[in-house]
Amino acid sequence: MVLLQISEPGQSPQPHQRKNAVGIDLGTTNSLVSVVRSGMPETIADQAGCHLLPSVVHYSTQGVDAVGQEALGFNVSDPLNTISSVKRLMGRGINDVLMLGDQLPYAFQQLDEGMPKIDTVHGLISPVQVSAEILRTLVNLAEQSLDVMLDGAVITVPAYFDEAQRQATKDAATLAGIKVLRLLNEPTAAAIAYGLDAEQEGIIAIYDLGGGTFDISILQLTRGVFEVLATGGDSALGGDDLDHAIAQWLRVQSGMNESLNPMEQRILLEAAKAAKEELTEIDHVNVAILEWEGSLTRSVMNGLIDDLVARTIRSCRRTMRDAGVSVDEIQNVVLVGGSTRSPLVRDKVSKFFGLQPMCSLDPDSVVALGAAIQADILVGNKSAGDMLLLDVIPLSLGIETMGGLTEKIIHRNATIPVSKAQEFTTFKDGQTAMVIHVLQGDRELVDDCRSLAKFELRGIPPMVAGAAKIRVTYQVDADGLLNVTARELTSNVESRIEVKPSYGLGETEITKMLQDSFSYARDDMQARALREQQVEADRMVEDLLTALAKDATSLLSEEEIQCLNLAIAELQKLRLETTEHRVLARKIEAVGKTSETFAARRMDASIKSALAGQSLEDIERG
Amino acid sequence: MVVEKASTCDLEFADSTIQSDKALNTSNNFFEIFSIPVAWDVDIEGLKVRYRALQKEFHPDRYAASSDAQKRLAVQTAAVINQAFDTLTSPLSRAQYLLERKGISADQESYVTTDGVFLMQQIELREALGGVTRSDKPWLALERLRSTVESTYQNLQNEFQQFYSAETLDSAFNTVAKMQFFNKLLHELEQLEYELEDL
Repeated sequence: MVLLQISEPGQSPQPHQRKNAVGIDLGTTNSLVSVVRSGMPETIADQAGCHLLPSVVHYSTQGVDAVGQEALGFNVSDPLNTISSVKRLMGRGINDVLMLGDQLPYAFQQLDEGMPKIDTVHGLISPVQVSAEILRTLVNLAEQSLDVMLDGAVITVPAYFDEAQRQATKDAATLAGIKVLRLLNEPTAAAIAYGLDAEQEGIIAIYDLGGGTFDISILQLTRGVFEVLATGGDSALGGDDLDHAIAQWLRVQSGMNESLNPMEQRILLEAAKAAKEELTEIDHVNVAILEWEGSLTRSVMNGLIDDLVARTIRSCRRTMRDAGVSVDEIQNVVLVGGSTRSPLVRDKVSKFFGLQPMCSLDPDSVVALGAAIQADILVGNKSAGDMLLLDVIPLSLGIETMGGLTEKIIHRNATIPVSKAQEFTTFKDGQTAMVIHVLQGDRELVDDCRSLAKFELRGIPPMVAGAAKIRVTYQVDADGLLNVTARELTSNVESRIEVKPSYGLGETEITKMLQDSFSYARDDMQARALREQQVEADRMVEDLLTALAKDATSLLSEEEIQCLNLAIAELQKLRLETTEHRVLARKIEAVGKTSETFAARRMDASIKSALAGQSLEDIERG
Repeated sequence: MVVEKASTCDLEFADSTIQSDKALNTSNNFFEIFSIPVAWDVDIEGLKVRYRALQKEFHPDRYAASSDAQKRLAVQTAAVINQAFDTLTSPLSRAQYLLERKGISADQESYVTTDGVFLMQQIELREALGGVTRSDKPWLALERLRSTVESTYQNLQNEFQQFYSAETLDSAFNTVAKMQFFNKLLHELEQLEYELEDL
């Protein structure tokens, strides 16, 4: 924990050279990459002029042989090796995947606790690897188009994604060699794109129906602060489900029997999708499947998808209640996601909110545009000015207690970052270890919640039952990722875990995949890691020197100043001499520890002075 | 072996919110963070303005270009500000926090009431809650019950204010225990509403 550097509002401590960061919308059906150029966000097109990259990867015996539009071409001819809608599998266990039923025509293999793998001609492939291929393709596209190396990316995720799904997304980025500046919630990204556009104030609802997920977010916009009041949804409901409802109807109509081969499944799905898209414009379409010919009207289709759309409206009602907002307080409704093109969806949404929805920006690209704006700010190009995002966690985080019950530690819709602690005790005399079972979900029973991690706190001194005091701290960072610490207070025994959900990939698995991947030769990785630590060391030295110049005399003793100066000098020396990134990293950590107290005192003093003596009017004027 | 709940300490400020003992042992209490007086009455709209101003300065996004260590500290600081804001905006946790500052534990789990009237009221309300789904007009029954609970909850808040300002802290403690019951009941009503929607 080092120094917090406090700069004048709107000024960064040092002039930065322009950095390159993109926003990536990693979608179920399509993915996009966008960038801010001359102050405006824009999506990046490939050589053929396409902005949307279909989220499809085709595997041959050699490995990946096509991504995007080209891969889509294998959809019907080679369905088992053409992976689409992989976002629906991210961070999911085999049971979730089986719940999708025959929606995905792949052969799955469950090897361990982790995500099920897809059995392809190239071997078993993890959903994380497929996502990494898509991310890599987008990054290459951006780097070629902008003719630069990227410094980082903001990747969007559905607001209702749980911890495991977020972690899996981040793992995919790591695998693709991308530095993630932030995982940003998709509705929030859309709000940024619209918010900066309209400079509006008040409460808005973002209705986001994508290919595989549904999100509803209620935001309060106040002088550039985007405050998410509540978010809700269904991370397994999207346009894909509409397609399946239609495909099911077509199957019955065309007299096909229930057990379809993968190719027939694809044909049905493609026909359903095409019919759905056409029916947004016209009332009646002719459909031909193999030798069968028939027709589908919009009203019949609406009947097929009515129940799914009603589910989204029910989520809207709940989320508004969570936000403590009534329908008439909502000033605007923003539609995001390709599935909001459906006339039935538009109709139901405008009826429910009593408002004509806003859709001046393309619902397919609005999320990527917002992500690019945030990426530009986070990478340090633009002083953030007055813009700030205050996001929330979508589902409560809890711990297992006696009797298989979940005790909530952080409640859903808590603004992140957030940190909470709770004390627990032993229930047996002489108990020396305790299992901490970390759960996510809003239900009472452990079995109804998602298990994120289990770890043990060992070495508790034997005491009578109830005498030990174990403090468990949950901390969620700005990406929505969780860190758990447990400590026995009388003995100070500590155990902590970076929550790698059971469904994510282990660190070793990622490292192995990185090593396996041809694009990351070992030397490259070493060089890259060293470079990262050097940058980190430079930052730390700069931070410390600035802080010392400003506050050393008022907050530190002579001895403390000397001690810090010595630490800085050592770090500077090592930074120039070592080629071992691990050595440098250890030193950085050590210097960090040395400066902790100073950092805490500075933060303390700055909070104290931030609002002191100011009237409400002064604060509002900024 | 699973954990057993001992007591909540999420209102405790200093080192419950952080990983390291050294970092941010701030002497600021939640009221001081927002530069407002320690009192039951809080101008919520004004508090929101102050909260946003603080987050604009201390949110981790403001330190995106800083060192990792600085980013971590920013995460902790923003978390403290969030916790302070949440505590002061909710009537129940604000009341608990005020009592805690007077040395009275916020934990009401062990509270055993001897107040017969309150006990009767608890039983009646529980029965009413159970009766909602069996009613011919469940939505109407739900709304009636909710308005009863809400107005009682509001009255308890007024009661707390009187006891607290008169420094009769034992009575204030009893009132907070009742507030906790009613707060829980409001959550259960919400759950019930979801269930009704799903029928």
